[in-house]
Parts: sequence; structure tokens; C-alpha cells
Amino acid sequence: MHLTTPERPVTDTPPNPTRRTLLAAIAAAPLLGPSAGWAQQARPVTRAIPSSGEAVPRVGLGSWITFNVGNDRAARDACAEVMRTFFQAGGRLIDSSPMYGSSQDVIGYGLKKLGRPAGLFAADKVWISGGAEGRAQMEASRRLWGVPRFDLMQVHNLLSWQAHLPTLFAMKAAGQLRYVGITTSHGRRHGDMAAIMASRPIDFVQLTYNLVDREAEQRLLPLARERGIAVIVNRPFRQGALLDRLARHPLPPWAAEIDCTSWAQFALKFIISHPDVTCAIPATTRVDHVRENLGAAGGRMPDPALRARMAAYVAQL
Amino acid sequence: MSEWWTYSLRDLLLFSPQTYYRLFELYNLEWWPLHLLALALGAAVLLLWRRGGERAGRGIAAILALCWLWVAWGFHWQRYAAINLAAGYFAWAFAVQALLVLWLGGVRGRLAPAPGSRLQQRAGLGLLLFALGLFPLMGPLLGRSWTQAEVFGMAPDPTALATLGVLLLAGERPLWLYPIPVAWCLVSGATLWAMDAPDAAVVPLAALLAVGLAVGSAWRHAGAASRPDR
Repeated sequence: MHLTTPERPVTDTPPNPTRRTLLAAIAAAPLLGPSAGWAQQARPVTRAIPSSGEAVPRVGLGSWITFNVGNDRAARDACAEVMRTFFQAGGRLIDSSPMYGSSQDVIGYGLKKLGRPAGLFAADKVWISGGAEGRAQMEASRRLWGVPRFDLMQVHNLLSWQAHLPTLFAMKAAGQLRYVGITTSHGRRHGDMAAIMASRPIDFVQLTYNLVDREAEQRLLPLARERGIAVIVNRPFRQGALLDRLARHPLPPWAAEIDCTSWAQFALKFIISHPDVTCAIPATTRVDHVRENLGAAGGRMPDPALRARMAAYVAQL
Repeated sequence: MSEWWTYSLRDLLLFSPQTYYRLFELYNLEWWPLHLLALALGAAVLLLWRRGGERAGRGIAAILALCWLWVAWGFHWQRYAAINLAAGYFAWAFAVQALLVLWLGGVRGRLAPAPGSRLQQRAGLGLLLFALGLFPLMGPLLGRSWTQAEVFGMAPDPTALATLGVLLLAGERPLWLYPIPVAWCLVSGATLWAMDAPDAAVVPLAALLAVGLAVGSAWRHAGAASRPDR
């Protein structure tokens, strides 16, 4: 049997929740509550953040390239519609960075237009050399988003992480953000990331993992499980290149066994069904793709054997 | 970003092709009909080249400097910077080029048209005509909207190419005026290549042609100067 049935209720909880995680989950409940207006319309499968027990949907929304539309009003409105659809489908986590051009500003535009859905899980990054400038950059980012605080702040590509992490931990302790994380992409600096995961009390890591980039399975994902660190997966489609390649081939008939209707869902289900992955953050400019992506969080999920078959199938295409 | 050299050009691209070309569309809509003035200035460059002489060279330099300064502010600083973190640096580079053109061409008179080798003259004129007349048509001919046309004096690529054409037509060899236009042409070509644009090679190849001819001309002159009189 290659299938696993999605859990109902839809939240995965840690196998043995500690008192800390239960208390944190209770504390986080008011933050989730006001989102009901959005989330009640759809309930995608969620997974718990190990350090708190708080549930986040397994599919988030990235903003690399897609939300960098500058001052183009029509394109900004289109991005806002993507966000509206995302929240209506039950999405919560949006991720951005100062490195992404105008993306933060465009997210802020969308949030203002939508009345800032209270279920929003705002994830951003600090991307600057030197710790002194980090606070100013994070404050500028916060103003662009128009949020009172970020839920998650990550050190982008480990840039000046030694300087930024103490600042982030201090901000977390002061209630100025809720979670601390680090990121990498394209499979780079996994050794450094592993060292930080092993030695610092971070809540999140963000890394590249998909059907063809699977290095994280060897070291980082097991370490995340061991250390109780949530994992956000970027580049689930290799910036679209993976889907472009797969689009030349028909979806295998057995994809229906895990309720996949597209290659995008096939790719996403492979990622989010990994037991140590918390969520994936595909980016898109299209509302139909948002629905399709969030749809991947529902339905049946592949078990390890089927996941291996999925990867092998894509490798031989 | 660490290990930046290990990233491909596509990994470094911050925006989509749609956003990039829409940038030109919104820029053109904002400033129309300034394009007509820019084209008139381009025609004036041609007329001044036909007239020849030192004053014509100073006039050409003034026009080019104005165009570089405008592109620095109107395009790079006001528009491109919204989607490209490097555009602020591009703006400064274009402003520096404007000052260099003004100093070397307008004040020192080193852009005066003068006869050079036939190949260099033809290439220079060809490049100038291409930048002024054909370049704005290239996008529409490749299926993009007319509203996204890139016009000399308004957009960076045709402005850089026209400048390289003028440099080839100049009697002296103001080598200090080459690096920024050539560097821009390579940056622009890399951007288009990362976007899989079919015309990605056009601007870099044109720039490399200009550099090749300029270097060849400089060598010939250096060789002639070093030969002993008989």
C-alpha cells in the first residue's frame, strides 16, 4: 500500500507534545482565531511547528520574482488577487525578503487591500552584512509589509548569521517576533546550516528540496527532526524549470492514487509528504495555480515507498 | 550573498520577462510624447555628423550627455530601481558617462566627426542608424507591444549603441568613453539572456563589434606612429 490518508482533524501534532509545545499552542490560539473568516472557507492540511505546536498549512506562498512587479498598479492588483485566493483557500504563511526587489512592498499593498487577514503568518528575512544594520532593515521590512511584527524572521542565505542571530533571539525574547530561522537555497552551505541547527535554538530552517534536489534528505531533514526545527522548502519547482520539463510528459496514471491532477501537485505532494517538512512555499502570479498548489495539501499523501517511486519516475524522464 | 559566483544568471534574475517589458510600457506611457523630442535629438546627431567640424562634435556631445543623464534619472532611478536592486548603481554609471561625454566631447572637443577607416565609418554610421531607427522596431517585430518600444534617448540600450556609433565616427579615440556603454551592453545582454529573450545577443554583439573596431583602429595608429620616417 503506497498511500497515507490525510489526518482529520487536519493538523499533524508532534507525536509526544511536551508541556512547552502545548502551552505555546494555547498561547498562539488567539493569533489564529481571527483568521477564521478566511480559513473557514477551506481547511488545508497543516503541520505543527515543533518548537511551539502551532499549526501552519503545509503549502505557503513564496514571493521571489512573482511579486517583484515594481510600481505597476495592474500587476500589484493581480498579486493582491493571488493573496486573496491564497487566504480564501486556507493559506497563511507568506515568505519574502529584502532581496526580492519590490516584493515586500507589493505584499504590503495586498495586505492593506485585503484588510490584513489576521491568520497571516508573516515570514521575512534579514539580508545585510553586519548586525547593526540588521534591525534597521527588519524595521523597514516591517513597515513595507504593514504588520505589527513578523511571525518568523530568518537570516537570508546565512549572511552575517553570527551577527544577526543574537539580535533575532533578543527580539524573540522581547516579543518582537515569534520564531527565528535561517535559510539557504540551491543546496548551498548545508554544512554551515547543519552546524547552526546543531548549536543554536532556532525554530525554522528554509532550504531547497524537490523531486530532483534531494541532498537535504541526507543530513538536514533528519537533523531538523532530531532538533525539533520546522522546515520550509523553497524552490519546489526549481523556479518553474522542473514543471516546464515535466510538462512534456503525461502525468503517470498512478498519480491519481494520491489525488494529483497536475505535475505541480505531484511535485508538491512529494515535498510536503516528507515527515520532516513543515511546508513548501511555491510562488505564482496566477490564482488558478494558487488553488492548485493549496489543493496539493489535501487528499491522499504518498508513503515512503511511493515517494521513492515518484522520484525515480521523474529521474528517468 | 555568499558564493554568488556559483549562481547562474537565471538564479540572479529578480523579475519576470513580463515585469521587465511592462516596465518599458509604463515608462513610455508616462513620458509620451517626450520620445518625439528624443528622436528629434537623434536626428540632430545625424545632421551634426553630416555637417562635421569641431562645433558639430560639441553639439553631439551635449545631446548624448543629456540623453545619458535622462536615462540615468528617468529610467534607472525612477523606474528600473523598483524591480532591480542594482539599478541605482546603473543610474550612477550613466550619470558618470554623461559627465565624461560632456567633458571629453563638449569641453575637450574629442567627439568631432572626422574620416577614419572605411570599415569604421560604415560600422559607426550603421550602429547609429540601427540605434535610432531599427532598435525601437525590434521588440514589436519579435511580437512585443509597440508600447514597449525602446527609443534612443529614453531607453538605455539604444542610447548606449548610438553612443558607440558616434565614438566610431569620431576622429580622435576617446577610449574613456567606451567602458560604460560596453559594460551596459553586456549587462543588458545578460539580463535578456537570463529571460530567454530571442534578441539577447544583439546588443552585446554590437558593442563587441564597436570595441573590436576601436581597438583595431588604435593599434593601426600606434603602429603608424611608431614607424620611423623615411
